[in-house]
Amino acid sequence: MRQIFVQGNEACGLGAIAAGAKFFAGYPITPASELAEFCSKEMPKVGGYYFQMEDELASIAAVIGASLGGLRSFTATSGPGMSLMQENLGFAILAEVPCVIINVQRFGPSTGVATRPGQADIMQARWGTHGDHTIIALAPASVQECYDLTIEAFNLAERFSTPVILLSDGALAHLREKISVYDDGELEITPRSAPEIEPEKYLPYRPNEKGVPHLSPYGNRHILRVTSLIHDEKGYSTANPTTARCQLERLETKITGYQEELPQAKCYGSKNPDAVVISFGISARAARQAVHFLNNDNFEIGMMDLKTIWPFPEKNIQEYCSQAEKVFVVEMNRGQLTGEVERILPGLEVIPVLRADTQVISPQEIIEKIKEVLR
Amino acid sequence: MSESYSFEDYIAWDRLPHMWCAGCGHGITLKGIAMALADLQIPPHKALIASGIGCSGRAGDYVTFNRFQGTHGRTLAFATGINAACPDLKIIAFLGDGDCYAIGINHLIHAARRNLNVAVIIGNNRNYGMTGGQFSPTTPQNTITSTSRYGKPEPEIDMCSVVAEAGASFVARTTVYHTVELFSFIKKAINTQGLSFVEVLSPCPTYFGRYNNLGNAVDMFRTLKEKTLPLKDYEKLPHEEKEKFFWHGIKVQRERVDFITEYNNYAKRLQANKGGEMS
Ligand code: SF4
Repeated sequence: MRQIFVQGNEACGLGAIAAGAKFFAGYPITPASELAEFCSKEMPKVGGYYFQMEDELASIAAVIGASLGGLRSFTATSGPGMSLMQENLGFAILAEVPCVIINVQRFGPSTGVATRPGQADIMQARWGTHGDHTIIALAPASVQECYDLTIEAFNLAERFSTPVILLSDGALAHLREKISVYDDGELEITPRSAPEIEPEKYLPYRPNEKGVPHLSPYGNRHILRVTSLIHDEKGYSTANPTTARCQLERLETKITGYQEELPQAKCYGSKNPDAVVISFGISARAARQAVHFLNNDNFEIGMMDLKTIWPFPEKNIQEYCSQAEKVFVVEMNRGQLTGEVERILPGLEVIPVLRADTQVISPQEIIEKIKEVLR
Repeated sequence: MSESYSFEDYIAWDRLPHMWCAGCGHGITLKGIAMALADLQIPPHKALIASGIGCSGRAGDYVTFNRFQGTHGRTLAFATGINAACPDLKIIAFLGDGDCYAIGINHLIHAARRNLNVAVIIGNNRNYGMTGGQFSPTTPQNTITSTSRYGKPEPEIDMCSVVAEAGASFVARTTVYHTVELFSFIKKAINTQGLSFVEVLSPCPTYFGRYNNLGNAVDMFRTLKEKTLPLKDYEKLPHEEKEKFFWHGIKVQRERVDFITEYNNYAKRLQANKGGEMS
């Protein structure tokens, strides 16, 4: 390991390269452009590709194509681009294509305030593409976590054969911090290869015991059939109701059945808290500071800094909050995660601590709100 | 070579009958693709049919070799990534005029500009068949479709010219009536370095034919025979006569390095430069 001083966007790029990424396709957009610039410089040096596509629809499409050819692939964008990517994000979910999408969230909706951060793409990450589906979305709260969770995102994408979203934001993207990174080759990566089964017997969409198929990269003797339509195990399209139902079920359970393998929330503060603060991303930084201050002021407060947003870590939150009476949700939007917390903690008082005005939430305003309620 | 392939090896016979209507042209084009692959002796695992959404999009359901079916219009964007990851895979993009010329036109023009190493075969049936015969960018002005009951108010587009201008290595047009030419163009397309584009006029008797009283499938095939001219003859026609005919033949055939080769050469130059900035 060695230490470097970088910004969040660069840390994501470095994490991707450490994770063995060999393909980036993207389209310029604030505040994610540094990631594209980084990849345009670094990918060719590691035998990888930087493709600047005609739009975000094409960017994620190229990423999916490269992944089907066996390359670890990713893209980075922000709100408006993320909206365009929803179409093919759904494709990657249904066709079970591993890939990583970094959404450097900015203030929306629409063009919004392009240069200012936001955390309002939480529900878009969950439900942005049409149809029933499950998604994995991670949220870093520091530049180090931008690096670590990007690596994690690539590994999870392969493990679950599915797209993984990393929810960064405009503030974190441009924050500079000292981080530890792997030396070249220190992190061992096994690229996806052809399955061991004989090519004649290979069924691309036959799931393993964990419900995950092994997509043999195109060009191997194992024939790969991929389609955006509901398909059978051979990869031929079908409208069979049983196949359709089983496929939808498996797309969900292959992820929700293994939530313990996803990055776990970091917990801070009192051991048996009366009140809990739940937050994520850049707001969790301010919240953590606030909790630290309040603990020193003799408030029995604990905090969960969620690393996995989707699937929502219901059980962990319910367990952590089992002794609490009040739960504060700190986020930079108009209460998207708050609704989820209310849903899973019926009977508890859930108090939103929100900021949605282009500015990063401050520890001071969190402290004030919590004191106002607890006093 | 130990194995040898016939066109039958590329067709998934157990998947038949197909869903295309009797008299539809798509089956002929698909057979042309299978025959071209057999003629070139491309092993099935080194060939990929990439299709989009619409009637032609189902082609991948009837083949034994690699299949990719993307979202509507995006196939060539997906193919850009596939091509980078698998440069020795022969990608045949079999797309419809609605898919590739309307929602997908952006990707087609940029793929041609980059000269992506893909054989693009268009089944141009001049309407959206799958969704019930609505007008497409190649539906002639004033003709009847399910969304132009009083005659289509918009003009059509000549995509062969657009793709040629954008930089494709090979541009040709033929019909499902001219099967020998179709087969030879597909073969040329697969063998071409860079983007090759073959537009295949293909009847849709179920919708376009029926709405415009063009007769049955046989009548529509006869029209393909009678209303088409080789390109050089077509060019000699006086302007007002041109409207009555389609040309078929090769419009562009040139040597141009394909996108992935170009990119890899660039990366090699960079690496030779010891990873430093390039001037
Ligand atoms: S609707 Fe038209 S294009 Fe579609 S299968 Fe039938 S004849 Fe062919």
